[in-house]
Amino acid sequence: MPLSPMTEPMAAPPADAAPEPTLRVDGLKVGFGGSQTRLIAVEDISLHISPGRTLALVGESGSGKSVTSLAVIRLLAARGRIVSGRIALRDKAGAVRDLVELDEPALEAVRGNDLGMIFQEPMTSLNPVLTVGEQIAEPIRIHMGLSRRAAMQRAIEMLDRVGIPGAAERARQYPHEFSGGMRQRVTIAIALACDPVLLLADEPTTALDVTVQMQILNLLRSLQQQQGMAMLFVTHNFGVVAEIAHDVSVMYAGQIVEHGTVRQVLKTPRHPYTRGLLACVPQLGTASEHKKQATPLFSIPGMVPSLRDMPRGCRFAARCVHAEARCREATPALETTDTGNIARCIRWNEI
Amino acid sequence: MATTPISHPRAKSPARRALGRFGSKPGAMIGLAVFASLLLLMLVHPLVSGIGPNTIDLRAINQGPSASHWLGTDGVGRDVFARLLEGGRISLLVAVTSSVASLVIGFLIGAVAGLGGRIADAIAMRSVDVAMTLPPVILLLVLASITGPGIGPTILVISLLSWPVLSRLVRSRLLELGQRDFVVASRGMGAGLGHLIWRHALPNSIDILVVFATLQVASAILLEAGLSFLGLGVPPPDASWGNMLFAARSTTVLTNYPWQWMFPGLALVVVVLAINFIGDGLRDAFDPRSEGA
Amino acid sequence: MTLYVVRRIGAGILLLLALSMLVFFLLRLAPGDPLSSYIDPMVSMTEQDMERLRQSLGLDQPLPFQYIYWLGETITGDLGRSLQRNGQPVSELLMASIGPSMLLMLSGSLLAILFGIVIGIVGAVRRDGPADVILAALSSVGVSSPAFLTALVGLYVFSGVLHWAPAGGMQEPGMPFTLSGLLSHLALPALILAFGQTALIARYMRSSLLEVLHQDFIRTARAKGVPRRKVILKHAVRNALLPVVTLIGSTLGLAVGGAIFIESVFNWPGMGLMMVTAVEARDYPLIMGGTLAVGAWVILANILTDVAYAFIDPRIKVG
Repeated sequence: MPLSPMTEPMAAPPADAAPEPTLRVDGLKVGFGGSQTRLIAVEDISLHISPGRTLALVGESGSGKSVTSLAVIRLLAARGRIVSGRIALRDKAGAVRDLVELDEPALEAVRGNDLGMIFQEPMTSLNPVLTVGEQIAEPIRIHMGLSRRAAMQRAIEMLDRVGIPGAAERARQYPHEFSGGMRQRVTIAIALACDPVLLLADEPTTALDVTVQMQILNLLRSLQQQQGMAMLFVTHNFGVVAEIAHDVSVMYAGQIVEHGTVRQVLKTPRHPYTRGLLACVPQLGTASEHKKQATPLFSIPGMVPSLRDMPRGCRFAARCVHAEARCREATPALETTDTGNIARCIRWNEI
Repeated sequence: MATTPISHPRAKSPARRALGRFGSKPGAMIGLAVFASLLLLMLVHPLVSGIGPNTIDLRAINQGPSASHWLGTDGVGRDVFARLLEGGRISLLVAVTSSVASLVIGFLIGAVAGLGGRIADAIAMRSVDVAMTLPPVILLLVLASITGPGIGPTILVISLLSWPVLSRLVRSRLLELGQRDFVVASRGMGAGLGHLIWRHALPNSIDILVVFATLQVASAILLEAGLSFLGLGVPPPDASWGNMLFAARSTTVLTNYPWQWMFPGLALVVVVLAINFIGDGLRDAFDPRSEGA
Repeated sequence: MTLYVVRRIGAGILLLLALSMLVFFLLRLAPGDPLSSYIDPMVSMTEQDMERLRQSLGLDQPLPFQYIYWLGETITGDLGRSLQRNGQPVSELLMASIGPSMLLMLSGSLLAILFGIVIGIVGAVRRDGPADVILAALSSVGVSSPAFLTALVGLYVFSGVLHWAPAGGMQEPGMPFTLSGLLSHLALPALILAFGQTALIARYMRSSLLEVLHQDFIRTARAKGVPRRKVILKHAVRNALLPVVTLIGSTLGLAVGGAIFIESVFNWPGMGLMMVTAVEARDYPLIMGGTLAVGAWVILANILTDVAYAFIDPRIKVG
């Protein structure tokens, strides 16, 4: 997808108009493995999303962006554990609760109800032996206490709302009768069935064709306008960020390295990693230029450090052309920069 | 990458690596140890013990385990321990011989089906389908009713029964192989079916054959025991674990002289378990996907 | 769907025909005059009578023609006469023993399916826990112990030592039929038949469920707020059962093998016991009839499995 930083995504409420954010994460730290050999997958993650706004979490694979979203819904793999931090969710009733403190039954009442989630692989995310209607009706019956028939009625409405034609007939079909894009619409219908306050989207368009990607992004945007939920959108693709998000947090090796509005970050990145990432995205119309001059597409040299072997100091230092000795001494703090971005770089104003 | 020459001086051959993986499996090593020590006992016992499997001690009939007869005696005063080891020798003889026979039959039929073209394949595989329709025991009974009891017929019956599974495995391996360039090249240079089987089919199915042969010994032991248990396999006075269990079909022996059938039964289960553990270990060892797991 | 079933039955009949050919020619290799299987030993016959009968049965014809004659007789329900048992017709003997065999095999398989699935679920959910380890050890032993040995041990322990179960047969000899009498005689052999099969089904169910539990749609279900217990029972088990259903088909076939030994040990008056005595006496007509009946049962079980599978898996398009 071509990157178009000039596009203002949509008429959204201003960032500080909502008094209380829907989601506020403070100092989240997630570890994997037993108590002895704990690997820290993400740490010092803080973010907040207001109603009707979308925060994109961007990074390479292994940067911890998916782990962060799974931690919010408390569905980390069996070996994963939240070591410390707070995940405050303002639910439908307006009550703020720390999801980290909730026990399993209380979490079950939140999942699918106040929190909806869609995943990367639409082909495998639906249960092959249940009809699509049953799968949408299931959270409705659990959380809204509707009868089987009423829940099915609402499921059909949801299918209609996510743009599936012939919803009443399609509800009786099984997932294998749907294409990838249509299945992703079904998972969106499931996630939004109970009108959640927050939608977690973990790379929901990565597995789809480019044209279908665009349709799904448009659908998510219009659904957000109708229902007004907040959205945490995980992706590795800056083009998608420009399309859908209001704010963006860039993650690297388990930490947030830069945060700001989409416009600020895309226009005036302050962290060298963000600059590198943006330089990797080919600009529309420059392909023939690259070809003519035989310059390869830019890529950041080196590899993301392993969780087992995390360097001291700035985690990006080994790959950073601006790195100097003091970068490797202590982990840099997040600093507010001249453009209002927040960046985890001690040299942001020198480079 | 079977066709890539090994350039790294320290690279081990696949067989070597498989052996290494096999050695690191505790289940397989325990199985091997148990099986080897029982085998040793079977082979050494007749050389050092004065009591033969058919030595009749008329002063000790139906006696429980004691110092002179470790596992007791049977209804005519024969030593159960000596018969158990004799039975083990006969059971293993039957099992190993029939496994080798079904290995050869199964491999050849599978190889011909896999490399011999469409018609040979269809004929071979349809007969496999028919042979696999019946539960093995039924086919065993039909064959046994024709051959009658005896060690030779038992070996024949079990060999005739056990090849179809192997044929299927070998065939599907070779069908995969038949598409590979070096087989096509061999054919193009005029290699005959015999050459293809010997030079290409055999080395490429060696893992299947080794695992099958091992597990087949276990299932042949069970088939022999089952047949003899029904009085249709190895006939007395020869001992086999199956015909020692046959005695327990009399209620008196079953309830009053349990040592006469329990020990052969135990030996049967232990040996079959041990061989199955070895076979499972071999299967995992040959499977490169299990590396490091 | 109907078309699929018809096609499946057609293929089954072809397989049965091929099987009958195999068994027919195999048994013609056996010593003895095949004519004797059509003679009622109670009626005395002259040489000429015999010769006439031989001609009318086609036994003077070459082997392939003999097979066709035999097939014709078989289809009309005449399987010949038993060489022992006073020359009773084979079909009568078969009819009398099918009932008890079915009762034993179906109750054994039903128990095995129930236990196997439950044990498999427990093993997968409490993976590597104490229950799982014990069950794994038991199923190793279950798979490696032949039916005749478990039958002997079961009979020894429960009948010989504990006196909980009767020593064999289908009911007390000389007593009128009672349901409780039948059940008390059935319980032990059915449980023993179930033992080996349970191990197989449990192993398969366990690995199938473990695989399903790692799939994406399980996470989707959890993200919907479905309680863990319900995720397993509603979403995971239903998917995990699909491959297990095919195993159940072959289990029904395997049950025949186990049933033969168990019927022999418990003197259960079924097909297995009948086959064994027939083989001992080289009663070829009876062996032939019994083999065909077993073959038909196995083929039928496989057809039923395939049809059931097509019904429960929506992804299979049939018809």
